[in-house]
Amino acid sequence: MIAVIDYKAGNLTSVVKALRHLGADDIVVTQKPEDVLRADKIVLPGVGHFQSTQLLADLGLTQATREAVAKGTPFLGICVGLQWLYVGSTEAPETAGLGHFSGQCERFPAVFEGAELKSPHVGWNSLENVREDSRLLAGVTPGSFVYYTHSWRAPVSPDTAAATLYGGAFTAAVERDNVMGVQFHPEKSAETGLRVLKNFLAL
Amino acid sequence: MLTKRIIACLDVRGGRVVKGIQFVDIVDAGDPAELAHRHAAAGADEIVLLDITATHEGRGTLLDTVKRTAASLFVPFTVGGGIRSAEDAAAVFDAGADKVSINSSAIARPELIGEIGSSFGAQAVIVAIDARRGEHGVEDAEVYVSGGRKATGLRVVDWAREAEQRGAGEILLTSMDTDGMRNGFDCELTRRVSEAVQIPVIASGGAGSAAHFAEVFKAGKADAALAASIFHFGITDSRALKAEVAAAGVPMRLPC
Repeated sequence: MIAVIDYKAGNLTSVVKALRHLGADDIVVTQKPEDVLRADKIVLPGVGHFQSTQLLADLGLTQATREAVAKGTPFLGICVGLQWLYVGSTEAPETAGLGHFSGQCERFPAVFEGAELKSPHVGWNSLENVREDSRLLAGVTPGSFVYYTHSWRAPVSPDTAAATLYGGAFTAAVERDNVMGVQFHPEKSAETGLRVLKNFLAL
Repeated sequence: MLTKRIIACLDVRGGRVVKGIQFVDIVDAGDPAELAHRHAAAGADEIVLLDITATHEGRGTLLDTVKRTAASLFVPFTVGGGIRSAEDAAAVFDAGADKVSINSSAIARPELIGEIGSSFGAQAVIVAIDARRGEHGVEDAEVYVSGGRKATGLRVVDWAREAEQRGAGEILLTSMDTDGMRNGFDCELTRRVSEAVQIPVIASGGAGSAAHFAEVFKAGKADAALAASIFHFGITDSRALKAEVAAAGVPMRLPC
């Protein structure tokens, strides 16, 4: 069973639709910690404000996720779902992330290398420095394009599985053992995105 | 590198894709779901479905069409037309849209921008602006509503700024002067709006050749450009178009 966590941040239709398209038929869209604990895989989608992740702590989903990933359940965070895996975000400093990965998510700078930088970062951008040992990105060629829409981004660290360049490099995908995240929207990234989701489903 | 987007637009009326010239003279161009998939397969970066008659005929968006179109579409999908409330928007998202485009209803009640944004995120709200140059040309370009039927007295740049402040994620700027003419986008107007706001600006109206797209990306500073008629009758497909635009020095998603 795949638990897709619903924390009332944006719409989950597209993510669920893409997972079903790839053959996942046992999907539970849930807010219950017990579903997270018994799931074979966990997906945390999310668009919108980092603050909305506060609900995860309030509903006991943070603790459930901690326990689930500790026993090895594969976890995929998408967009804000990736950002939540870090310590926190300047978007909502009072809301703690899971802290599985070190570092803090920050807003794109207004100016980069002397030029004005538009924010949000919206559109198709390429994946660079794709880590060869990444299970999530297996078969994804460096330079492949994926779809983004976000104003905050996670820093590059040794756990980064691929980076994207916009106002400097940021983490496009993060992966350490069973815990993974993508800043882009795989459900909206055509063939490349479907490949990433397929890789996750195959874990 | 962030690429410029080529967006295929499906103007829908009564469940069929249609295309007008300067907002009138409608001709039939096919089934929305079928065309959306054909465009995505042919390399379009995004699909927009506009229910062009929804506003003035008082109909809701054609949720069935949206559902059918979204069913196996894995590129961003925007729906506009007849969205007057956060509930209308929720129904469209539920049917499978990723973003909504609001136009007349945002002018009538600007709070709507923030209402949809607070539930679904700013990235999900596109404010569409139908613009026509005024007496003094681009300087006093004015916002029109109800499918281009009614002047609002609002300056285009002012309204674009307000929409951004109220939480719009993108601006879809259609020039009524150039729409359907296939003589090129209104690059000057697009540039002014693009420079006035931080959010992405999608240029629309007037696409007729790859050179027009290259021009609106470079001179018009557009982040994305949208076209309908250029694709529907087999004039070109997105992949061929993108290759030409890329050859003119604009970053494109290729291969796609």
